[in-house]
Amino acid sequence: MLAAALRKELLLQWKTRTQMMAVFVFGATSLLLFSFAVGPNSEALRLYSAGFLWLGLLLSSTLTLAESFQAEMENRALEGLLLLPSDVRALYYGKAIANWFQLALLGVGLVPVMVVLYDAGTTDLLRLLAVILLGTAGLSAPGTLYAAMTSQARAKQTLLPLLLFPLIVPALLASVKATSLVILGDPMKQLPSWISLLTAFDAIYWSLCGLLYHHVVEE
Amino acid sequence: MKTAFPAILLAIGAYFGFVVAVGQFHGMPGLALGLPSGLIATLAAGCGVAGAIWFLFANDHVDSWRPPQILIGLALLCLGFGSYYGLFVAPPEQFMGEVQRIMYVHVPTAWNALLAMTLAFACAVIFLFNGDFKWDSRMEGAIETGVVLAFLLCCQGAIWAKPTWGVWWDWDPRLTTTAVLLFAFLGILALRKFVEDPARRAIWSAVATIIAYVDVPIVYFSVRWWNSLHQQQSNPGTVSKQFWLPLRLNAFGILFLMVAFIMLRARIASLRLKQEMAPPMAEIAELGEAV
Repeated sequence: MLAAALRKELLLQWKTRTQMMAVFVFGATSLLLFSFAVGPNSEALRLYSAGFLWLGLLLSSTLTLAESFQAEMENRALEGLLLLPSDVRALYYGKAIANWFQLALLGVGLVPVMVVLYDAGTTDLLRLLAVILLGTAGLSAPGTLYAAMTSQARAKQTLLPLLLFPLIVPALLASVKATSLVILGDPMKQLPSWISLLTAFDAIYWSLCGLLYHHVVEE
Repeated sequence: MKTAFPAILLAIGAYFGFVVAVGQFHGMPGLALGLPSGLIATLAAGCGVAGAIWFLFANDHVDSWRPPQILIGLALLCLGFGSYYGLFVAPPEQFMGEVQRIMYVHVPTAWNALLAMTLAFACAVIFLFNGDFKWDSRMEGAIETGVVLAFLLCCQGAIWAKPTWGVWWDWDPRLTTTAVLLFAFLGILALRKFVEDPARRAIWSAVATIIAYVDVPIVYFSVRWWNSLHQQQSNPGTVSKQFWLPLRLNAFGILFLMVAFIMLRARIASLRLKQEMAPPMAEIAELGEAV
C-alpha cells in the first residue's frame, strides 16, 4: 500500500515538474537576494553560505509543501482516498517520502548555486548529501502533516509557515551547523553530534506525525 | 466535595510553602517537622499545583463567577504580600544588587508559563482520546494564558538582561526556547482563528499542540549545544532562605491568577462553542428549506 501511495505521489510530481522548476528558480533567486543583504563581502558570504542555503530551502519548502495537497483538494479526492480499504498511515508516509524526495532534490539543486554565488565549495559531497537528506527529512515530516491541515483551512499561504517555522528550529539549526562544518572544515569533530541531533529530530517527527495523521484527515 | 479536596491540597501546599518559610525567616525551624528543605519545596509546589489544577477542572464549567473571583482575590493577596517582601523586606543580592529583585516575578512567571503549556498539552492528549469538547475549551484557555505568560517572560527577561549582560536579548537556551514556544503557540491560536468548523478546529489544534510541545526539549537541547550564557538554574539549596518567601508568594499568586484566567477563558470558549454547534434559528431553517 505504501508503495502504491508513493508511486501515486511521485507520478503526480513528475506530471507537475514545471511547478518544481519554478520553485527551484524561486530558491535560486532567494540565494541571489541574500547576497545583496550582506554586500559584496566574499569572506562573510562564504561564512554564512550554509545559513543562506537552508533559509532558501526553507522558504521554497513552504511552496512545495503547500502545493502538495492541491490534487487531494480538487473534487474531494481526499475523501475518495480515505474510502480505500487501506491504512491512512500509508497515505501519509507516501506523501511525506515524496515531499522529502522533492525537497532533497531541491536542496541538491541549490548547492551549485551556492557554490557559484558564495564560493562555498566542498569536496566532501557524501557528507553534504547526508546532511541535506537528514535536514529535508526534518522539514518534510511535520511539513506534510501541517500542509494537510492548512490546505483545508482559510489563509493557507500564511498559516503553513506560521505553524512550521517555529517547529523546525532545531532541524534548521542542526542542518545549518552541520552544512557549515562540512563546508568550512570541522577541526573540533562536532559534526557527529549535529548529525545525531538531526537523526533524533527526524525519528521523533516521522513517528509522531504518522501516529497523528489520521486525526487530521478523518472527520 | 468539588472544592474540599483541592482546598486541602492547597492548604498543605500553603503550610509547607509559607508557614515553614516564615518560621525559618523568624528563627522557628521546628515548624518544618524535621523534613529536608528539598522535600519541603517539592511538597509545597506539588500540593499547590495539584490543588489548583484539581480546582480548575472541578469548577470551570459551573455557571457561577465565584470560583474565579475567589482565585483572583487569593492571587492579589499573594502578589501584594510577595511584592512587599520582595521589594522592601528581602535584602538585595550580593552580586547583582537591586536588579535581582525581578527574579521574584520572573521565575514564578517561567514556572507558570511552562505549567500552562503542559496543561494545554495534557488537554490536547485527553481531547484526542475522548473527544469531549470541554477539553478543547480548556486547551484554548491554557494556550492563551500560556502565550500571555511566555510573552511577559520574554519582556521580563529582556529587562533583566540589559543591566546584567548589557544586551536586551541573548541566544541562550531558555530564552530562545521560550521565544520559540511563544511563536509556536501563537501559530496554533492563529490556526484556531482560521478554521470555522468546531470539530476540525479542535482536532487540528490538539494535534498542533502535541507536536509543538514535543518540540520544546529538542529546541532546548539544540540551542544549548549551539550557545550558552544563562546562569545555572537555582535549586532550594542554592537559594538563600531570605529569598524563599517572596518567590513562593509570587509563585502561588501567579498560579492562582493563571488558573482563574484559564477558567474564565475556557468558559468563554465553551459558550462560543455552544453557540456554534447550536442548530440554526427556526426562521432561517425555514428560509433554507424554501430556497
